This record gives sequence, C-alpha cells and structure tokens, in this order.
Amino acid sequence: MQAKSVKYRLGKSYGFQLLTYLLAFAIVVPLLAILFYIVRAGITRINWHFLVNIPKPVGESGGGIANAILGSIIIIAVASIIAIPIGIMAGIYLSENGKSRLAYWVRLSTDILQGVPSIVIGIIAYFWLVKPLRGFSALSGSVALAIMMLPIIVRSTEETLKLLPDTLKEAALALGMPFHRVIFKVIVPVGFSGILSGIMLSIARITGETAPLLFTAFGNPYLSVNIAKPMQSLPLLIFNYATSPYTDWLNLAWGASLILLFWVLFLNILTKLLTRKWKVQL
Amino acid sequence: MESTIIKSRNFNASFGSNHVVKNVNIDIPRNQIIAVMGPSGCGKTTYLRCINRMHELIPGASSNGEMLLNGEDIYKMHPIFVRLKIGMVFQRPNPFPNLSIYDNVIAGYKLNGIKLPKPEKDRIVEHSLTRVALWNEVKDSLNKKGSFLSGGQQQRLCIARAVAMEPEVILFDEPTSALDPISTSTVEELFHELKANYTLIVVTHNMQQAARVSDKTAFFFLGELVEYDETKTMFTNPKDNRTQNYITGRFS
Repeated sequence: MQAKSVKYRLGKSYGFQLLTYLLAFAIVVPLLAILFYIVRAGITRINWHFLVNIPKPVGESGGGIANAILGSIIIIAVASIIAIPIGIMAGIYLSENGKSRLAYWVRLSTDILQGVPSIVIGIIAYFWLVKPLRGFSALSGSVALAIMMLPIIVRSTEETLKLLPDTLKEAALALGMPFHRVIFKVIVPVGFSGILSGIMLSIARITGETAPLLFTAFGNPYLSVNIAKPMQSLPLLIFNYATSPYTDWLNLAWGASLILLFWVLFLNILTKLLTRKWKVQL
Repeated sequence: MESTIIKSRNFNASFGSNHVVKNVNIDIPRNQIIAVMGPSGCGKTTYLRCINRMHELIPGASSNGEMLLNGEDIYKMHPIFVRLKIGMVFQRPNPFPNLSIYDNVIAGYKLNGIKLPKPEKDRIVEHSLTRVALWNEVKDSLNKKGSFLSGGQQQRLCIARAVAMEPEVILFDEPTSALDPISTSTVEELFHELKANYTLIVVTHNMQQAARVSDKTAFFFLGELVEYDETKTMFTNPKDNRTQNYITGRFS
C-alpha cells in the first residue's frame, strides 16, 4: 500500500517536471518561428545596394531603405539626447531623496508613464508639437520616443544607485567632497554599468515603436536629415510598405524587418558586453 | 601651539527624539592616540561622527554644544573644510572600487578637482603608502584596482587616503573590526607611527585594543562620557563604578 502511494507520488512529480520542460520549450517556439520566417523572407533582399539606396517609385524594381535607416538613427539619437540627461538626473534624485513627497509623485508618474499606450504619447506629441509648429517633423517624433524612454532610464538609474553601499558615499564625503562631486565622480561612475544598461534597454524598446511616429515623424520617401521636416524610419517604412499591394515594396518591408530585428538583437548583445566591461567590482 | 586640538563643551547629539550623546565635555591633546570605548549603542560612533560633521548627513540628526578645533568652532566652519582638516577611516575598508590604488591614495585631490603636477602626485602617493607600510606591497601594482587588495591592505589604503590629505586629526571608527588578527596588529602598529604627525581618535569595542594602543581613553555609557583619563590609570585604577564594571566584563 505504502509503496504504491510513493510510486503514485513520484509519477506525479515526473509528470509535473515534464510539463515544465514542455512549457519552457513552448516559450522558445514563437521566437524561433518569427526569426525563421523573417530571416527566410528578408535575407535575400539584403545586400549593399539595399542599404545605401532609397526606395524606387512604384513600377521600378530594386531600391533600398537607406533613408529609413538614417532616419531611425537620427530620431533615436535626438530622443536619447533629450531623455538621457533628464532620466539620469531624475534617477539620482529618487535614489538620494527616496522618501520625499516629490519622489513619491515622480515614482508614481514614471510608473504610469510606463503604462501609457505609445499611440497616446504620439497623440500628445501631435498636439504639443506638430500642430503648433504646423507640420510633421522628426523632432516631434523624437520627443514622443524620449517620453517613452524616460521611465526606463529613471527607474534603472534609481535601482542601480540605491544598490550601491552607503559606505562609498561616506568615503567620498569624509574626504571633503561637495555633494555634486560625490554624485558625478563617485556614485555615477561606480554605477555606470547599470545606468548604461538601462539606457540601452530603453533604446532597444523604442527602436521598433511605430505608433508615436505615425503622426509625428510621419515618414518620407526621400532621404532627409532635417529634423524639422518629416523623416522616414524603419518601423514607419515597414508599416507603409507592408500594407501596399506592390511586390517590390513588400520585399523592401521584409528586408527592413530583418534589419530592425538585427538592430534590436545587436543592441541587446552590446548591452551585455558593455555592462560587463564597465562593471565595477564592489 | 596649543596642546589641546579638539575641545567639546556641553556637546549633545540626537537622532530625532533619541538623545544619543549627552553633554560631553572633553579635551583631546595634540599628537596623542585617544581610544573611545563603550558598549554598543553608547553613542561613541555618533560622537566621533560629530567631530567631522558626518553625523548631520543622516536625516533627522541634530547636535548642539561647542566643538572646537584649535579653538575655532567646527560648527561655524564649512563642513567641507572641516573634513579636509579631520580625516576619517571607517569600520569596513571602503576604497573607491572604480579607481586604481594610485588614484585611491590621491582621491581627495583628484575627485575634488585639485590639479597637481605628476611628480607631486607621485610623491604624495609614495609618501602616504610608505606611512601606512603598504608601499613595498603595492609599489608594482599601483595601477590595479583598490578592491584587488586583501581586507587589511584595503584598510591601510583607506588610511593612506586619509593621510594623503595631510589632516590634523584622523578619526577611526572601529577600524579593525572587519579585519583578521594579523591585519589588526599591523594597523595597530601603524597608529604609533602616525601619532608623530597626527592626532588619532579611535572608536573601539575592543578593550584590549584600547589598552594596547591609546595614550588616553574615554569611556562612554548610555550616551554619557563616564570617565576620561590616561589609559594606564583607567585600566588599573578606574574612578567610576561603571568603568570598573565594564573593564572587568561585568556587563558588555
């Protein structure tokens, strides 16, 4: 009787283990399927010509996505220039004055901001920037993306700095360092790897954002580097061309999808490498 | 020069409504080693941190009374100036983990933005590391990170960092409580060397350490300075009953 009950319980345990393996594998399947599908459809498109040319008009075959790649880089760079300083400063404030009333509200608003749908942020940017400035512009797209980057940078900076031991700050203060030097010469450099990882993750997060760019950067079939004018970006190009009926444009969209995928993958790997390189052993 | 370097008169310190240092009066003579001992929670560390104004950095902390450095009120000077004159070494070695050994020694200059010519920096680094008997151990690895050293070496590096600023007083907050016995005795030997140039105030739980290293000893109990005397007198012929009980181990 007892042996039988043990056997039954062991069987249940094995069954449960098997289930966890199966479900863990099930997680990997969609990712592999997406990768496989996009690589198969996009890999034949990608060559030098594809990277350095702009799309051809309907009817002509060939063409590339240089305008979208350059546009994405510019829009993200401008968004980073806006979001990184503000995000890091706010993160420093939160880690230094974690219990203040202002900190409570800052934390609450970053949490809410993180949950705001990207299309809503796009609308806000449209009403704040596009309408008053009377025209779509890459800059308004950058502002929308910067708003999306903020919560990630703020919270990762805060979490990183809060984990640093107080003894580090005391060591610096006891040497007669003023507060701003303690922060910028000691605390931030020691926590740099964590802050950097937050920045990289926020960039990876906004790289594929389409909705906020639809009515801000708008898209542009030509190469443009003027941030006051409409600009193409990878997700916009995919959105516009993948829904078109022309085979050439569909192919461009597949190629662009693959580039976008590589980009995000590359950012993730770069994050891992950089954070390891800059990691300070405490 | 006046022989008293630090003088406290009716000095009090609290955390919120918790009164942890009560009416302390003490005269600390120049170029001596003063041990501050007492059971946990007696206010000795808080008192020490009041001397270089580190106490006030804790939210809710306050203090009043007189604390004089060479006759000048420390609480009327700028805290940054006070901390340049009065160095501090902490309980756990805390070298800057992002800096090399070399940069750790001159951290007080480098991180404060004080530019020094390279030969001057080299001189300060060698001088300070020699003072703390670390030069021979690290002279070939000055560019390695400070955290690569052993605990005892790290603590001597931290002492070198304080020494490099040429302060008048160095405060030690239980400097050997995180170290093994051998590192502890190295640090204790150092105290005698440093005495010639600096005044050392050493907080310790360890009575034997107080007896071994100090010229004078202050005994704190429940926030009060119970007794302050020559170390020899204190350990052989204490005047107060509570001191007697503490050094004979009747309470801890």
